[in-house]
Amino acid sequence: MSTIATADVGHHGGTAPHDDHHHHELGFLQKWVFSTDHKVIGLQYGVTGLAFLFFGFLLMLVMRWQLANPGQAVPVVGEALRTIFGQTVMTDNGALTAAGYNVFGAMHGTIMVFFGIVPVAVAGFGNYVVPLQIGAPDMAFPKLNMASFWCFFTSCVIMMASFFVPGSAAKSGWTAYPPLAGIADLEGGNLWLNGQTVWLIAMVFNITGSLLGSINFITTIIQLRAPGLTWMRLPFFVWAQFVTAFLLVLAFPPLEAAGFMQLTDRVLGTSFFMPTGLVVGQTVAQTWAGGGSPILWQHLFWFLAHPEVYVLILPGIGIIAEVVANNTRKPLYGYKAMVYAIFALGFLSFIVWAHHMYMTGMGAKVAAFFQVTTVMISVPSVVLLTALLLSLWGGAIRFTVPMLFATAFLPMFGIGGLTGIPLAFNAVDLFLHDTYYVIGHFHYVVAPGTIFALFAGVYHWYPKATGRQMNQFLGKVHFWGSLVFINGLFFPMFLQGMAGVHRRWYDGGATYELTAPVLHWNKVMTVSAGILALFQLVFIFNFFTSWRTGKKVGRNPWDATTLDWDTPTPPPHGNFDKPVEVFRGPYEYSVPGHPTDFHPQSQKS
Amino acid sequence: MALLRLASSRIFKSPMSNPILKYLPFFTDAEVPHTVAARPDTGLYSAKLGIWLFLASEVMLFGGLFSAYIFLRIGAEPGYWPSGLLNVPVGTMNTAILIVSSITVVMAWAALKMRQLGKYKFYMAITILCGLIFLTVKLSYEWPAKFNHFGVFIKKDAASKYEEFLGNKHLEEAGQSPRWEITGHLLDAPKGSSYEHQAQHNAEHFAHETGRHDAVTPAEDDYVIQLDAVNANPTDKTNDRPHFWPVPMSNKIAVISAKDVESASVFAPRHSTYFATYFLITGLHGLHVLGGILVFLYLWLPVKGGVNLYKTNPEHLANRVEIAGLFWHFVDLVWIFVFPIFYLL
Repeated sequence: MSTIATADVGHHGGTAPHDDHHHHELGFLQKWVFSTDHKVIGLQYGVTGLAFLFFGFLLMLVMRWQLANPGQAVPVVGEALRTIFGQTVMTDNGALTAAGYNVFGAMHGTIMVFFGIVPVAVAGFGNYVVPLQIGAPDMAFPKLNMASFWCFFTSCVIMMASFFVPGSAAKSGWTAYPPLAGIADLEGGNLWLNGQTVWLIAMVFNITGSLLGSINFITTIIQLRAPGLTWMRLPFFVWAQFVTAFLLVLAFPPLEAAGFMQLTDRVLGTSFFMPTGLVVGQTVAQTWAGGGSPILWQHLFWFLAHPEVYVLILPGIGIIAEVVANNTRKPLYGYKAMVYAIFALGFLSFIVWAHHMYMTGMGAKVAAFFQVTTVMISVPSVVLLTALLLSLWGGAIRFTVPMLFATAFLPMFGIGGLTGIPLAFNAVDLFLHDTYYVIGHFHYVVAPGTIFALFAGVYHWYPKATGRQMNQFLGKVHFWGSLVFINGLFFPMFLQGMAGVHRRWYDGGATYELTAPVLHWNKVMTVSAGILALFQLVFIFNFFTSWRTGKKVGRNPWDATTLDWDTPTPPPHGNFDKPVEVFRGPYEYSVPGHPTDFHPQSQKS
Repeated sequence: MALLRLASSRIFKSPMSNPILKYLPFFTDAEVPHTVAARPDTGLYSAKLGIWLFLASEVMLFGGLFSAYIFLRIGAEPGYWPSGLLNVPVGTMNTAILIVSSITVVMAWAALKMRQLGKYKFYMAITILCGLIFLTVKLSYEWPAKFNHFGVFIKKDAASKYEEFLGNKHLEEAGQSPRWEITGHLLDAPKGSSYEHQAQHNAEHFAHETGRHDAVTPAEDDYVIQLDAVNANPTDKTNDRPHFWPVPMSNKIAVISAKDVESASVFAPRHSTYFATYFLITGLHGLHVLGGILVFLYLWLPVKGGVNLYKTNPEHLANRVEIAGLFWHFVDLVWIFVFPIFYLL
């Protein structure tokens, strides 16, 4: 409310990005910071999320150094890290401590999932693209949208601040399993100002922001479609965001409830998750009344976190569908089958969660149920992947940078998905549980899977958002470097995992004779990760320089059909400069008899 | 404002060359359709869909908490899930108050739909009043009463010493779960306990009421408790089941050695998983009630988005009341679950 009021007073005029400097500075706060415009909020989410992705990646680099060279000082930046993160995390000579390894591990997972990929894939691309693709002037609730971002931003600040509380940030993994997470970080005696408690508070804000956003998405898609844009004319990206938003609305609240419970366990001495007679470090922990159940947390956590896996991947698949249709110059193969598949996927993702919990000994019957549903969910996943693969068939493929990422996505996501099937089976999972095999599996899904899709999306929509192309040569360098070295980073994980290397070993397995034959892979992975980082610098350079120097483009540089390419570039406030009406399906490329090889949705004939 | 309206209305007409379009401020809401009027094919204005989605997420939120209740209650050891500790008549009254407010909020909405502003204000005032009474009862009576009620769980191997307060032989014969807890008002706490001050206060009160000064023992590691009726007379069959009307506290005293105590606490969240779930769920529910009251106040007061909206766009105000009312019904519904599972079962 108040922003609108100040906006009325401070009406100096926000300007388009490249107008003269005087105006630009005056309007900056209103235009780029406290904005209710879905495009600005999308960019805010996107840029914040990309920054977090890079930060999470850097945390991982330090961990990878430690795994390949246990106990050795981190080169170049070791001392600086000691100064920034303090003695809990780094030794005096600049090596990672065991507690520091746990901090970085927990924060890497948390940041990548909740502060990186979801903000970019769902909130960033969703906010920017969905209203454009459905022909809406904005989201259904612009103020709620702003509230969503500022909730998220608050959670970012709190989470980053947690590095600097006494005892450093959370150390209990992104899963925060009690009972250990219930008593972690309390040595200092401060109930509130410690890593795990601050982590929980940050998560409550993060979840709230995410809920507000997803309610907005669903309402917008149902209510604000342009005339003629019937359900089966929606671009597939919109479908992906629609299902994703439902997953977020329904799956996140139980984790919020669980977060409240762990919070009261830690600060009010309740024992939701703390069992009677808990023994820690050979003494019985008496602080709790007892009678709680650690397994309850796992149920509530995975009830969110499994659908969350699909929250991570579905927007990616949506982006890939857009890029593939546009660059093969032909309609998606099996569009309707894909729509039905994504709904089946969304539904099934709610009844597979306990396949993360086979190790809890929950009983053969329960395990059998979750085994069956988990195998079932691979069917719609394969429908989606196969449809995308068949869409390439017979296409006149333009290998633009987004398309390169999209074509690489297909086999990479394939590896990630197919390596998950053995994990669905109770007996196999007991062996592979918590090994690097699992790490390799889900990183193939989210890194060369989702993150490649996000890169495809950035290269694809960058011209729309900024009015300029990103440099294609640098884009190709970024792509080939990333493709090679991301495989060098993740593929050896399968080999190590099958040999029994555990995911939480601080020294990379050096103390275990059993795993000696596969430990040389640690060096390969660490070197790959380092080089991968260098190629991301190319992307960052390209991203910022193209903003001012890239080739200027018009409304529709990719010759695309969907409504997002039917606005001025960059789209003004309110998006469209003409009344929008839709006459046809989303991907009418290469229609016989039509003068051009694309037939936009808004074109009557 | 008029200038902005003009500007945004020109978006849809003007071509890109229009300078207004180029310098249009980003920070005002675009004219989003279906904020008041329903979209013909869905039959809904956007906020109505939004609130239902929000309520769906709320169902999952409270669903998570209620499933924790079920999980913990089923997993509780016999005798460790208390019952009959809450004041049922007061809970019943609060239930009735919430139901009444749910009715009056519908009346308020209906009055607005018939464009009867006076009636609207009247019914909304009753709704707000009901919400306030509910919260007042909860915060000034129910919760504080719990915080001054004390319970000690006796170690199982020491339970026979306190058989006269626990009555486990009788319970076994009656086929009921054993009783491990002795409850009442704490009159004396072990030295160094954080309850010493509270115990002293209770002891003074007890002495004043009964004229007895024997409640404070010289021993330093004893809990002295003025017993609840159920512990004062554990073999009385009428105490086997919870009472609807609370039974007054007895004047009988129990002295319990701290070394026989497994855990001791007032009826706060840390007392047991029962009170942990009770306080978390009723606390979160209370926050929802408070949120509802604030929104109702906003819609009831003569402010821009509230009653003043009636002059310019009465249908918009009616929509807002409908949305807030849907939320209020949900809050009521949560209570309809809370009441039986904590007060009655």
